[in-house]
Amino acid sequence: MIVETEGLTKRYGSTTVLSGLDLKVAEGSVLALLGPNGAGKTTTIRILSTLTRPDGGTAQVCGFDVAREAAAVRGMISLTGQYAAVDEEQTGRENLVMIARLRGFARPAARARALELLERFGLTDAADRRVRTYSGGMRRRLDLAMSLVAQPRLLFLDEPTTGLDPVSRTTMWDAIGDLVRDGVTIFLTTQYLEEADRLADRIVVLHNGGVVADGTADALKNSVGGTRLDLTFPCAEDALRAKAVTGGTADGMTLSVPSDGSAVHLHRVLDDVLAARVDVLRVSTHRPTLDDVFTSLTAVAA
Amino acid sequence: MTASLTMIGRSIRLSRRNFDLVIMAIVLPVMMMALFVYVFGGAIGSVQSYVDYVVPGILVLSTGYGATSTAMSVTDDMKKGVVDRFRSMPINGFSLLTGHVVASVARNALATFAVVLVALLMGFRPAASPVGWVLAMGVLLLYVLALSWLAAGFGVVARSVESASLLGFFMLFIPYLSSAFVPVETMPSWLRPVSEHQPITPVIETVRALLNDQPVSSGWLALAWSGGLLVAAFGWSTWLFGRINRR
Repeated sequence: MIVETEGLTKRYGSTTVLSGLDLKVAEGSVLALLGPNGAGKTTTIRILSTLTRPDGGTAQVCGFDVAREAAAVRGMISLTGQYAAVDEEQTGRENLVMIARLRGFARPAARARALELLERFGLTDAADRRVRTYSGGMRRRLDLAMSLVAQPRLLFLDEPTTGLDPVSRTTMWDAIGDLVRDGVTIFLTTQYLEEADRLADRIVVLHNGGVVADGTADALKNSVGGTRLDLTFPCAEDALRAKAVTGGTADGMTLSVPSDGSAVHLHRVLDDVLAARVDVLRVSTHRPTLDDVFTSLTAVAA
Repeated sequence: MTASLTMIGRSIRLSRRNFDLVIMAIVLPVMMMALFVYVFGGAIGSVQSYVDYVVPGILVLSTGYGATSTAMSVTDDMKKGVVDRFRSMPINGFSLLTGHVVASVARNALATFAVVLVALLMGFRPAASPVGWVLAMGVLLLYVLALSWLAAGFGVVARSVESASLLGFFMLFIPYLSSAFVPVETMPSWLRPVSEHQPITPVIETVRALLNDQPVSSGWLALAWSGGLLVAAFGWSTWLFGRINRR
């Protein structure tokens, strides 16, 4: 286990942010910590990356205790925080060389490493421009590049795509995907279920400072039920008449029918409804999203 | 060591690119000096004798501006999340502050140079020997170093860049309650003890005596104040920086 916490607690004044968090992360995996604002995601990352001390419990990262052996932990990890931690008034290249020097690279090696990372993250053209002139996506890419200067074993990403446009987000996801293929363990937090779904092997849902669900994206989705068909009718009476032949649940002009998602089943449902002389306006298939999981979990926990 | 040097390089590069900082550090002290010499100088004595009197005071006043911008840049780093990146790396915690302090001293050196240069044009004729100059600059350097560490500490505790800039208010005010601009003897009797015994007065008196080649009476006192302040401010700032992770 590259990360192992036991009974981690953290309070700020009278507010309990973490109430006994137990987490285990296997080396080489991607864990997404999912939760609404204030669930304790950032606090967890701050504790694991040695920035904040827990009030109770223990946390081991790469085999070292985060409180007692912080220096050893720092040698193994990198952190990309919620706000791009880059120097606005330095160029992209200067930022990277600076980090490499701080990581102990000699000057020529630092320059070479900076060049390599600029190329890898598509920042070569902007290398000698001040970061102030970068777009949000470029900033995030530079921020990620700065975290990779020393090839960490474990990378913390705190909401890596919050505030990015869809294109930049996809670019970030691709970059993170490359890292996973290189074998870097990734511990990320996100509010976007799509992001967790796409990147993570395992998703831990955090709510009010504790774990409310833990599993793969598929397992979590299955826990709230399978695919369904949503049929929309011209009026509520039609929906009820259709319900008499197909079953399911009617809500106003819409009827939801449980389904396996196959074409055969869709055909049969439509045939049944038409045979009952009811007109269907629209049909849509609905696969449960992590949003459904999230909503049902946090509703129960609250 | 490499970490501190890298941080020094960073802070100096950042100050070079921050036009406001440069203005604050150089133009303001020069303008203050011109104001004192030409506006008040005639009333206080003659322009010629007053410029010789006031230059050390202006030099100390400009360290206050310098300290304020140091505190503001430290707070800026603290609030922008840059500090989180540095703190999550295996480098000595206070190398970041060392970078700020050294850059602060460098900005002050530049300001001192500019003030002395303009003062010479305005008729400043110090009688000091080269040794006197070196000693005077040495006394000033120790004071600036102490003040910069103090400013770094303020920068760490300040809640925002705006509140860090409040330091400037005190730094602007305190030199007036010293022998920087008028002799302490001219102040009301209740104010005199404050002005005589505050740390800035011996520093100014020593620098003034050295530059004007007069006998130095408060040299050890100036060194003791600055040295003591340096040790305390360094200890305080690094202790504060180490405590950030309790939050």
